Amino acid sequence: MAKNHVTTTINGEPVEFLCETQQTLLDVLRDELQLTGSKEGCASGDCGACSVMVDDRLVCSCLVMGVEAEGSSIETIEGMADGENLHPLQQKFLENAALQCGICTPGFLIAAKSLLEKNPDPTETEVRYWLAGNLCRCTGYDKIIRSVLEVAAEAKGA
Amino acid sequence: MSGNANGYKWIGTRTIRPDGVDKVTGRAAFGADFALPGMLVGKILRSPHAHARILSIDSSKAEALPGVKAIVTSADFPEIPPSEAIKGSSPPNYRHLSQNLMAREKVLYDGHAVAAVAATSAAVASEALSLISVEYEVLPHVTDVLEAMKPDAPVLHDDLFTGGVEPKPDKPSNVAKRVEFAIGDIDAGFADADVVVERDYSTEGIHQGYIETHAVVANMGEDGQATIWCSSQGHFMVRQYTAGLLNMNIGDIKVTPAEIGGGFGGKTTVYLEPVALLLSRKSGHAIKMVMTRDEVFRATGPTSGSAMTIKIGAKKDGKITAAEADLKFFAGAFPGAPVHLGCMCGFTPYDIENVKAVGFDVVTNRPKAISYRAPGAPIAAFAIESAIDELAGKLNIEPLALREMNAAREGTRTAYGPTLGVVGFEETLEAAKTHPHFSEPLGPDQGRGIASGYWFNVGGESSASVSVNEDGSVTVTSGAPDIGGSRASLCIMAAEVFGIDIGEVRAVIGDTNATAFNRHTGGSRVTFALGMVVVNAAEDCIVQLRTAAAKIWDIDVEAVVWEEGEARPAGDNAGKFEPLSLGDLAAKTPMTGGPISSEKSSNVQGPGPAFGTHICDVEVDRETGHVKILRYTAIQDAGRAIHPGYVEGQMQGGVAQGIGWALNEEYIYGDDGRLQNPGFLDYRIPVASDLPMIDTVIVEVPNPTHPYGVRGVGEIPIIPPMAAVANAIEDAVGMRLTDLPMSPPKVLEALENGG
Ligand code: FES
Ligand code: FES
Repeated sequence: MAKNHVTTTINGEPVEFLCETQQTLLDVLRDELQLTGSKEGCASGDCGACSVMVDDRLVCSCLVMGVEAEGSSIETIEGMADGENLHPLQQKFLENAALQCGICTPGFLIAAKSLLEKNPDPTETEVRYWLAGNLCRCTGYDKIIRSVLEVAAEAKGA
Repeated sequence: MSGNANGYKWIGTRTIRPDGVDKVTGRAAFGADFALPGMLVGKILRSPHAHARILSIDSSKAEALPGVKAIVTSADFPEIPPSEAIKGSSPPNYRHLSQNLMAREKVLYDGHAVAAVAATSAAVASEALSLISVEYEVLPHVTDVLEAMKPDAPVLHDDLFTGGVEPKPDKPSNVAKRVEFAIGDIDAGFADADVVVERDYSTEGIHQGYIETHAVVANMGEDGQATIWCSSQGHFMVRQYTAGLLNMNIGDIKVTPAEIGGGFGGKTTVYLEPVALLLSRKSGHAIKMVMTRDEVFRATGPTSGSAMTIKIGAKKDGKITAAEADLKFFAGAFPGAPVHLGCMCGFTPYDIENVKAVGFDVVTNRPKAISYRAPGAPIAAFAIESAIDELAGKLNIEPLALREMNAAREGTRTAYGPTLGVVGFEETLEAAKTHPHFSEPLGPDQGRGIASGYWFNVGGESSASVSVNEDGSVTVTSGAPDIGGSRASLCIMAAEVFGIDIGEVRAVIGDTNATAFNRHTGGSRVTFALGMVVVNAAEDCIVQLRTAAAKIWDIDVEAVVWEEGEARPAGDNAGKFEPLSLGDLAAKTPMTGGPISSEKSSNVQGPGPAFGTHICDVEVDRETGHVKILRYTAIQDAGRAIHPGYVEGQMQGGVAQGIGWALNEEYIYGDDGRLQNPGFLDYRIPVASDLPMIDTVIVEVPNPTHPYGVRGVGEIPIIPPMAAVANAIEDAVGMRLTDLPMSPPKVLEALENGG
């Protein structure tokens, strides 16, 4: 089967890749481009571990086909920090022990960042519902939710 | 960030974990993130039947498919005879482990592995699976524990005879074992009681639900030396089990641990590693295998479900005189339900003279059960803590007060033997009573529940090394995987002993060649047991450092003390010398006797048993049967919290899992014996919008055997929630729910039948 040639922008860099028609964007990121920060927890859109931004929309990359990424701009966890400088959400997660095993963390960070871009001052309930598509089995969510609320509050204060 | 009220410099501070940055930037390598050039993809064919005889397996069509490089079935694995099932003194049972890895004559559950292929791509491997034809003779099956115990039930193993009963049965059955723990005279205890409560309870099978599925890369070298990269709760366990299953020498296998994306007990065994290694041997390539979520639900985990009867009697004044439990746990397809642990832990929060707990370990056509946080204890506690609540109601005594009147304390004799040493149960009750949550007013259809829990905690074989690097920084190498921040706590303890900045300490997890043996991470043992070994090794390094300073100053080693990260003369008599820092001494090691390091191995004893008490508020929607968790407070004796953030995290995570267990989670089998909900959509674990903030109170009653007083913290928090929720529902609507999960249909049905 001939592979498909796809042209995209990933984390601000132009990236071309070849993929098989049945490969998901998550497969491509992990297996073809070695961007393994996006995780596969279910491959069915239920866990959010594979969350990425495609043209500023939060998506489960396990539900997007690789070929669908043609012409789009993709942001993954690997592009979240600005060089050595962690994004405030990344820093806050570390300070607040908002991760235990850390497998869900990339997905939560991407999803939380997209929330704060849309809604810089969310209520606790809004954060909980926005992040309801991301599963975490370790933390009980408490420290994750607090971290997002604190980052929002600090941005407002700044 | 240093210096705090407990008098320590680092213990009890919220330092940033050493592996943290990699985990927030996506760089950390988990099980499925590893790859080798030229590796093949391995996949497993699984049984669609709950119970069937395998008549034949024909893989010729699959073998002929271009890109298929190897196929294995049970015929490729050494058969382990009953006489060699137990190697050494403890589990696992290798015969059962081998049969679970790859079905032999029979498949025993939906999802049981039957064959495996290695191919050049995932697509080819999947196609190859569909080309393998297996002829089955379908047999009657049983998935329910009470059904499985009936005399006419389909029997899973014709060589399984109930253990622990006299005389030994002459017919095989599904009851693998009966256990009993008793003290006092149970009949006299009940005769003495003014009030008795007795009731049946049940729980369903549930999964650990770690977000990372099982994954491995394995490579068999030409010389028979094997290398395995995988995430597990114990890479030494992976090495030992794989060697045992494949009849290899342990020394011929090296296992490198990946970061682990959650385990909760579910990654304390092997499913893929020996299969991948065999495929590698057969194909001559490295093999990567990653389970799908469907496979994880159908073939790994879960923990037991149960049928239980609890009877408790008390005097009018609240003194409990007798307590009896009958616990029947299903183990899945092979023996090993944690029913003895349920029997041991269930009544231990209370000082009761007459106790009898009987347990049955029962096989059923479900995946083989494996540990899930405090295995067995949460199941028993659901029933027992519900019964305590009911008893309180009958006695007209406030439930927390009833617990206080009967609370276990130092000197209390447990039903399973040991007498408790210094424990902090009463302190957790006191903290609950004085917490504002305890007295906050409730609205209509709202209720409050209390429940407690006990876990003995675990020590065990632990090895680690501590070395002082040339620049005075310190490396701690241990051999136990870090599932929830244990590297952070080992760094904190090492920094405390050396008296240096936390930034100078690195903790790494070594592969199976880097340290001596370590028991797997589980039972809440790492911060306690590894911590003790690391503290010993660091103290040994300090003796070496003092010796080096003594040499430089040409005085007696006794005249050198170690304070605040430097060697100092011990008072004026020792002489006047400028202190030597760790860095100074590290730079001088070529002149003072060589590198400073210490490696310690020990079978650590004396883990402090611990207790927790939880308060839960719910609101019951009478129209839908939905139960909303309004507020939750978890209180626990941690002995000493090394890193309070990760202790709180363990507590909050355990509570969330317990709430899922209480309200939603269950394995649902159809009449055909197939699992109907093998995915996160239908097996719904709690999401962020299901839960409130989870308040935590860490009580510190130090464990006298640990240098800093650590008790394990990871198990306790999942023990009380199910009963806390059930007791809260009872308080809200006056109905006692006895079957988990307390999902909306069940709550609604109960309400309709007279709430
Ligand atoms: S892997 Fe995409 S949602 Fe779970
Ligand atoms: S930290 Fe382990 S799943 Fe979230």
